[in-house]
Amino acid sequence: MPTCCRSGDGEGQLSVASSQLPEKSKTVAAIPTIGVLAIQGDYEAHARRLEESGAKAVLVRKPEQLDPLDGIVIPGGESSTMLKFLERDGFLEKLAEFVRVKPSFGTCAGAILLAKNVENPAQKSLGAMDITVRRNAYGRQIDSHIHEVATKLAGGPMEMVFIRAPKISGTGADVDVLAKDGDEPVWVRQGKAMAATFHPELSADKRVHEEFVRMVRETQGDL
Amino acid sequence: MSEKNGSNNASSNSLRLKTGLAEMLKGGVIMDVTDPKQAEIAERAGAAAVMALERVPAQIRAEGGVSRMANPRMIQKIMDTVNIPVMAKCRIGHFAEAQVLEALGVDYIDESEVLTPADELHHVDKHAFKVPFVCGARDLGEALRRIAEGAAMIRTKGEAGTGDVVHAVKHMRQIVKDMRQLTVMGEEELYAAAKEHRAPYELVRMVAKTGKLPVPNFSAGGIATPADAALMRQLGAEAVFVGSGIFMGDKSRCEECANGEHRYDRGCALAQPEVAEARARAIVRATTHFDDPKVLLETSKEVTGAMKGLAVAGLPDADMLQKRGW
Repeated sequence: MPTCCRSGDGEGQLSVASSQLPEKSKTVAAIPTIGVLAIQGDYEAHARRLEESGAKAVLVRKPEQLDPLDGIVIPGGESSTMLKFLERDGFLEKLAEFVRVKPSFGTCAGAILLAKNVENPAQKSLGAMDITVRRNAYGRQIDSHIHEVATKLAGGPMEMVFIRAPKISGTGADVDVLAKDGDEPVWVRQGKAMAATFHPELSADKRVHEEFVRMVRETQGDL
Repeated sequence: MSEKNGSNNASSNSLRLKTGLAEMLKGGVIMDVTDPKQAEIAERAGAAAVMALERVPAQIRAEGGVSRMANPRMIQKIMDTVNIPVMAKCRIGHFAEAQVLEALGVDYIDESEVLTPADELHHVDKHAFKVPFVCGARDLGEALRRIAEGAAMIRTKGEAGTGDVVHAVKHMRQIVKDMRQLTVMGEEELYAAAKEHRAPYELVRMVAKTGKLPVPNFSAGGIATPADAALMRQLGAEAVFVGSGIFMGDKSRCEECANGEHRYDRGCALAQPEVAEARARAIVRATTHFDDPKVLLETSKEVTGAMKGLAVAGLPDADMLQKRGW
């Protein structure tokens, strides 16, 4: 559908933004291949959303699958379950190295794994971002909620789905807060790493994934 | 397409939150536990969630009697022990037990045929709750009736507490087959199909269009080994529930029982904690790597024995838990 015929603020802006992408990126028309850590959790929802946002999605269950990827998404799920797998066969070290050089995006459990510090309880993580994350900080499932939050992106407030969500309880000086729910950062970025405590993969709004695909494209251009 | 913020409607948001937690459990294993110690073992082994109950189905079978919701004090202890989601079971139709569990703050309620039913006609009106529900099903009609009542996750019933996977397979194949048949039907055939499945037409039509259930579809009932878990995943289950298969042992190997020093009670039928943890870990790994025979081989080597189990084919009709539910 042509852009001009679309109504609504967000949609129009997005189309314009994505049509400018090839100029920004040096590798024109290269479709980035983005892995989704598929140990456990809502990895399929992420894979679908990445494909809709112009990337090729690959499910990753073993460390050697990381090699050809341009970026990685760590989905929602149970971070303690994912850690059990990452602690085998040098997966955690390999993934930590990967997120140092290539773009990464974590939602919920993924945000916990990308953080430098984890509370409630303390657990191992990849340390890709200078943030402290507190697990299950809102309470139990009954405290899960959906609401609209303003972000730094164009296109108005964004619907955010919080499910047994963690909270970002501390951010380092180099961390860019992309969205705050009240006083609490819920979407942050530091260099090549991005984390959200909500689940953009469960909303119809594609802006967060499009932003990540754009990050991956930019890095591809840089390399 | 794609209406941004298309659902300001409270009931649709509520269902999205309920199925959202089920999304987070996909690819994982939900383990039955009866005390905080078992819950700890399950979490350490990589369970995505635990199901807190008084007795695992194999014990319910062995001991008989009326089976009810677990004591909230025990469930609370389990909730205090682990950081992963905690589910608990209420009896079919027992909405007061469900109210208690919701007030307690469990993350999911299983309206389960494993417990003694409290209503022979009606299931709980699950829309009336904020906490999500999972329900068992043997075929598509049953699954859609539960979804119509508000279930946010479906699991195959299988035959719980047997360690025999045959009916989990039967029910998963039946549901998948029923769905596939709908997808090739003409619009006008769907009305008759809805009647045949005794399910709401709107849901039947939705399945005919998408070829899948509108909520996550998990498997339960007799899964006892890593290969069982992989089998169910390959047949289409998005995650698995393992009940008695992890913590139950083989009573025939208990020396004291052989010497007549034990009566058939709970303790001696349990697997050693190390054995249970190794099984749990292997089943978790097999569930993730369900399509990788090399990993399945490794995980199968990691377990020492499985629960002794009961062959479903030899069970009298009255002992079949799966017949409960309407």
